[in-house]
Amino acid sequence: MTGTLTTTQMIFGRLTWDAFPWHEPIVVATFCGVMLGGAALVAALTYFKLWGYLWNEWFTSVDHKKIGIMYMVLGLIMFLRGFADAIMMRGQQAMAFNGNEGYLNAHHYDQVFTAHGVIMIFFVAMPFVTGLMNYIVPLQIGARDVSFPFLNNFSFWMTAGGAVLVMASLFLGEFAQTGWLAYPPLSGLAYSPATGVDYYIWSLQVAGVGTTLSGINLLATIIKMRAPGMSLMKMPVFTWTSLCTNVLIVASFPILTATLVLLSLDRYAGTNFFTNDFGGNPMMYVNLIWIWGHPEVYILILPLFGVFSEVVSTFCGKRLFGYTSMVYATCTIMVLSYLVWLHHFFTMGSGASVNSFFGITTMIISIPTGAKLFNWLFTMYRGKIRYELPMMWAVAFMLTFTIGGMTGVMLAVPPADFVLHNSLFLIAHFHNVIIGGVLFGLFAAINYWWPKAFGFKLNQFWGHVSFWCWQIGFWLAFTPLYIMGLMGVTRRMRVFDDPSLQKWFIIAAIGAVIIAAGIGAMLVQFAVSIWKRDEYKVEGDPWDGRTLEWATSSPPPEYNFAFTPVIYDADSWADMKKHGYQRPLSGYEAIHMPSGTGTGVILAGLATLCGFALIWYIWWLAGLSFLGMVGFAIFHTFNYKRDYYIPADVVTRTEEERTRILAAGV
Amino acid sequence: MANPLSPNWIRRLRWSAPILAAPLAGCNWVVMNPSGDIAVQQRDLILISVALMLLIVIPVMAMVVWFAVRYRATNDAVDKDYDPDWDHSTKLELLIWSAPLLIIIALGAVTWVSTHKLDPYRPLDRIDSTTAIDPKVKPLTVEVVALDWKWLFIYPELGIATVNELALPTNVPVRFDITASTVMNSFYVPELAGQIYAMPGMKTQLHAVANKPVSSTGFSANFSGAGFTHMRFGYKTMDRAGFDAWVAKVKASQTPLDRAAYLTLAKPTEKAPVAYYGTSEAKLFDAVVNMCVKPGQRCMNELMHIDQMGGAGKESAKETEGLKYDLPNSHSIEQSDVNNGQETAPDAPGAASADHTSPSGADAHAQHR
Repeated sequence: MTGTLTTTQMIFGRLTWDAFPWHEPIVVATFCGVMLGGAALVAALTYFKLWGYLWNEWFTSVDHKKIGIMYMVLGLIMFLRGFADAIMMRGQQAMAFNGNEGYLNAHHYDQVFTAHGVIMIFFVAMPFVTGLMNYIVPLQIGARDVSFPFLNNFSFWMTAGGAVLVMASLFLGEFAQTGWLAYPPLSGLAYSPATGVDYYIWSLQVAGVGTTLSGINLLATIIKMRAPGMSLMKMPVFTWTSLCTNVLIVASFPILTATLVLLSLDRYAGTNFFTNDFGGNPMMYVNLIWIWGHPEVYILILPLFGVFSEVVSTFCGKRLFGYTSMVYATCTIMVLSYLVWLHHFFTMGSGASVNSFFGITTMIISIPTGAKLFNWLFTMYRGKIRYELPMMWAVAFMLTFTIGGMTGVMLAVPPADFVLHNSLFLIAHFHNVIIGGVLFGLFAAINYWWPKAFGFKLNQFWGHVSFWCWQIGFWLAFTPLYIMGLMGVTRRMRVFDDPSLQKWFIIAAIGAVIIAAGIGAMLVQFAVSIWKRDEYKVEGDPWDGRTLEWATSSPPPEYNFAFTPVIYDADSWADMKKHGYQRPLSGYEAIHMPSGTGTGVILAGLATLCGFALIWYIWWLAGLSFLGMVGFAIFHTFNYKRDYYIPADVVTRTEEERTRILAAGV
Repeated sequence: MANPLSPNWIRRLRWSAPILAAPLAGCNWVVMNPSGDIAVQQRDLILISVALMLLIVIPVMAMVVWFAVRYRATNDAVDKDYDPDWDHSTKLELLIWSAPLLIIIALGAVTWVSTHKLDPYRPLDRIDSTTAIDPKVKPLTVEVVALDWKWLFIYPELGIATVNELALPTNVPVRFDITASTVMNSFYVPELAGQIYAMPGMKTQLHAVANKPVSSTGFSANFSGAGFTHMRFGYKTMDRAGFDAWVAKVKASQTPLDRAAYLTLAKPTEKAPVAYYGTSEAKLFDAVVNMCVKPGQRCMNELMHIDQMGGAGKESAKETEGLKYDLPNSHSIEQSDVNNGQETAPDAPGAASADHTSPSGADAHAQHR
């Protein structure tokens, strides 16, 4: 950034040929692979003439179900990327002993662990959770779509745009080398002058807009669009946990956005919020980022608590034990999650009373969490448990998560945290709760709701293979990390002096390979199930479900419910079945639905471009794409073709088709 | 290892550590088996909190397994117990909320007391569980500076300083004053006591005591950039005589640690070798904390004082040069590597610092390997 700009710099900012990592063979090989795969995909889509279908039926769709599925696909793709990072770290740490530097240099390795964290949280767990809520919540509350269908589409594409920026950093420039929360001063301009932290900032800002808007959307949906009779205390537990999660999103993501705005002002405009210069205060950043960061982990886990409640109750064939205390437990966790952020930095020199306060509030969270566990336990008690895949994941969760919860409370005792903070023990702990809680919950949810979304069940055999690979792989990969934490081994190390540690890293790497097999088995499970989908075909309610989504056909029609149901009980569908509910067979009316629009894709595309331009200091492009965004948003307000009616005879035909299938099934 | 005078049952619990470790012979579970009294107490807290939680975790996990097996649909016995509408029991609800609550009350009390007792800012009141501190003994002060990417230890009372080697006399209380030169690190010696962050422009404190002669390592526990992984230092504890001999050895070094030497030392390097400074400039640490070692930089405490007194008026807005502490590209060993994404080559011959803001353009700092 010198005084005189050459023409090339004017046009391309700091983007040069050297931005491509020519000298990193791993990256070049990956790039070639991605390019070949991408070209093959594009060719296939063109050959089979699928572009129109994708654009009209998916990309521009405002149907919450299709958006939900797109979120899940995004999460899955990014999961593979994030896991590749994990395998690379495991490989590096298993090798780098006795003077061996391993195969990753510091510049590459530091990006890998940063990208792993950022991707797994923002672009795997968040899309998975948002996708799940998007798909299920409107069905569970008897709604035909979310409150703001276009906004929903826009939110998805913003999230995808953020993911595109993260992926671009792999091949153009570099990603942050700061750890996933990018503490200043390290993330400041003086210590991270290259594009890494800028990729970090703009990918999270673009995706963060999507997350915040999606939170507002689902919050409004749950508050305003419940079927008649569904009072708050008659909402399914998954909807309850989604409500709390979206409250957390709406209240906490703006903090992240503001924090990153301050950091980007430091980096772009020469302000001094978090620098050492001019009395800036890096600890302020640490506080702010964790005020968002701690609620974030509950944003991730709460919906999965809801999933487990649904799964346990369904497969035990029983009402959920302690519905009311489950609801209060969820709300308590929601509030308490804002009162614990300082436990992430007990070691930064706060006084004893402050540390004790935050330590004790942290422990208090384990009370409602424990109550939830007991509630699932007593739902199993006197039940009739069918061990389908979702229930297996639920039991595995209860066992795994309990251990993770226990190690979490250990870390909440400040003096104990002084010896465990930033150690591999901490790493093992949060993988224990995030894998054991969030991921296991997602696998339960995918196996549970897949038949709802696609009309056929998932293959059991490959599901079992995946399940057992995950169980064994998880403990093999993370027990050594717990142990090494107690040996005083810290996180983010690239090479090691102590040769006695190597065996533990090798065991952990073997665990990671077994997990890879579990992921592979899951992909095979999807493929086999899709291949044999006629064999696994099911009707609307394959599990003897208890909540409203099971009242619809599988997959549900575009409009979800031909008639809005009336609710008398929290387990509304079980209640309807018990009282001999008869599907209405006539009297269909035209249904008012929102129209699809490409605006979401275009706006998010421009936002991504704007982020890219800002990362590379291509100021004219940043300005132009920003103006384009504003202009197009204004233009969109003049789009009056925003809704349509599904004619009554189409509804009649769809519903009669279902009547025929139901009759044939009986 | 003898650390008497914890409550008896903790002492009994302590046996579990070696038992757990038995199959893992040869490994050093240093966090579970440290030699400094503070770390020992922190270890005890881990054991206490685990024991308290196991009170509830073990029954819960046993019940999960038991119910999961007992109430499986394929078990013919479940039919007579099956009660699909049973979803509430006030007694059970009371139990499931109060059992964790009681445990957390106990653990919360332990937390409150121990957090205050083991507050790193609090001067020690005991050498170990059996020996109280003689009030006449003054703690030994060690000033710790986390540099890129090595550790500087200044012993102000002894007038010496070392790089990447921390030596302590046993059974003498020590007070660490901790700061960093550029970015955040965390000062951690597992043998001695829990970690505390080392942060630029800030001073943190840690009180600790070493109880046994050991030779071990300490390191940074918070990622601080490319050279982080090698940011380790030797940690040696010795009896009084041994320590005095060590001090004499350091004092024999002719190299003084003055401001100029500090500024050279502070330039980013990896795998810096142990270095001794026979003398160290007084108040150097204060200058480091206040970020004004370099000539022309203004001390933060002075500015804070000016601000506190109401500021220095409009004309002071021009005097900003001395307030810049983060120098462009000051965090890389070789500037040419920063932008094109190459590893900072640690052993590049004659790796010259290209720090264009430094007064002398030729202050090459050779790499140590």
